[in-house]
Amino acid sequence: MAMRESEVQAFTLEQLKHLVSERALRGETILLNVGPQHPSTHGVLRLLVELDGETIVSVVPDIGYLHTGIEKHCESRTYTKIIPLTDRIDYLSSMSNNLAYVMAVEKLMGVEVPLRAQYVRVILTELQRIASHLVWLGTHALDIAAMSVFLYCFREREMILDIFEMVSGQRMMVSYFRVGGLWRDVPEGFEEAVRAFLKLMPARINEYERLLKKNPLWLRRTKGVGVISPEDAISWGVTGSSLRGSGVNYDVRKAQPYSSYDHFEFDVPLGENGDVYDRFVVRLEEMRQSLRIIDQALRRLPKGPYITADRKVTPPPKEELAWSMEALIHHFKFWTEGFSPPPGEVYHAVESPRGEFGVYINSDGSPKPRRVHFRAPSFVNLQALPIMAKGCLVADLVAIIGSIDIVLGEIDR
Amino acid sequence: MSIPEVIERVRARFSEAVQEVVEFRGETTLVVRREALVEICRFLRDDPGCPFNLLSDLCAVDYWPERPRFAVNYHLYSLPRNLRLRVKVFLGEEDPVVPTVTGIWPTANWHEREVYDLFGIRFEGHPDLRRILLPEDWEGHPLRRDHPLVVEPVQFSFNWQEIDARKPYARE
Repeated sequence: MAMRESEVQAFTLEQLKHLVSERALRGETILLNVGPQHPSTHGVLRLLVELDGETIVSVVPDIGYLHTGIEKHCESRTYTKIIPLTDRIDYLSSMSNNLAYVMAVEKLMGVEVPLRAQYVRVILTELQRIASHLVWLGTHALDIAAMSVFLYCFREREMILDIFEMVSGQRMMVSYFRVGGLWRDVPEGFEEAVRAFLKLMPARINEYERLLKKNPLWLRRTKGVGVISPEDAISWGVTGSSLRGSGVNYDVRKAQPYSSYDHFEFDVPLGENGDVYDRFVVRLEEMRQSLRIIDQALRRLPKGPYITADRKVTPPPKEELAWSMEALIHHFKFWTEGFSPPPGEVYHAVESPRGEFGVYINSDGSPKPRRVHFRAPSFVNLQALPIMAKGCLVADLVAIIGSIDIVLGEIDR
Repeated sequence: MSIPEVIERVRARFSEAVQEVVEFRGETTLVVRREALVEICRFLRDDPGCPFNLLSDLCAVDYWPERPRFAVNYHLYSLPRNLRLRVKVFLGEEDPVVPTVTGIWPTANWHEREVYDLFGIRFEGHPDLRRILLPEDWEGHPLRRDHPLVVEPVQFSFNWQEIDARKPYARE
């Protein structure tokens, strides 16, 4: 048995000596293994940390513990059946993933989406952003030993999950968006539920702010910690709030508006120093901006169809099957064979709570894609962790991991 | 500056290296030769008129059984100009090697490791080309189209002799 255990050692110093400094090989610095089973790694992230006393010399992330082969799986499914898989990539922002995927397929098929569906999509993805930021804020604060914030954040997140359950029947794995629109129209009581949330939430965000923003303990743990310069952030491909924390104004919603984001007024909050504190401030402000967007979208929510009438990508209404032969054919073709986009490739990016979430689809003209690739923002942002953590204290590592807001499901896919 | 102008400049500078320019659904794909890939990428990043400073994604496609079999896509984004461009390079099955772009965009590091891990495409000059998602001792590259989705076929036969011959461990 002892033999077996020595065989599973994947991480040996011999293999990794090009990643650590020479002092580690001479035994002058300490190599510390963090994770994969460690609460502050937000999942199953493993880090090999090289320490000089308490100062971090280098960090080598080791990922892949949650690899589920979703991209391979997509190749054997029809385009509609891939939607539930996208929920499971980043399980804290399933709405954004759904949106990115269905919009990529819509681009591939050249489908127009009704305005009502676009507005509902905006409302739900912005709610998802708030829900995701609430999980981030709660766990990030918990990592830096501010226990109460976690409880408050999860209390408010519950309201959003209730709204999701109301529209889709699911709290987290929603799969609510369909190619061409939505699964169903939003139910009665949806608008009231969102309004109630809008009414309550601003005060709650102020509450989190009062708990943390001027808290001396919080400031000492976050100010000047984990700094990344705008140039480094761009060259390492960092996107989302982590990039905006460094002062780079790049938000896909503003830069390349999709799903009628250009109809709404909102600001893109920017940081200055690129440290943990600025990323915290940016995300907190983003929640307020999301509320602004939801408010506008809800006020102007148009009436009309919730899904396109294009029978290539949507099944006909059930009652039509009773009298229309054509509807029956469409129904049968849609649910057995699926639809076939023209051969070609598209890339569509949306602003997920974590950054630019892109979907690349390569179609060979058959009902199943040749290749689906997800550009996972956490995967790319995590790569910048060694840059941020270099020279910080080992206790800061926990704060930095929290501040880049990773979801391991998305990193490993 | 717009995408057609960028394409014009690349064509003027690297006339032989540009194989094809594809327009599809408002996206432009620049298909280039492998030999000139790094130079073209460097040119695109440093072009003062339209610097593509963000490599937003890098992924591979397996066109099996078509030939050439593999392609690597570089999804570039220009922050100052708000433009997207896809650079594509095709690779043969016999020699799936492509020069690394980690020297141009450091973020390519993990993307290239992922492509190496799942497709077996090697990146020449990569500083740390190890598997990233799969275990070190994994055999094969699962995102290749000829890699089976399930290893064990579903048993439909009740011919026990045949089953015994195929799966001697099933009796135990």
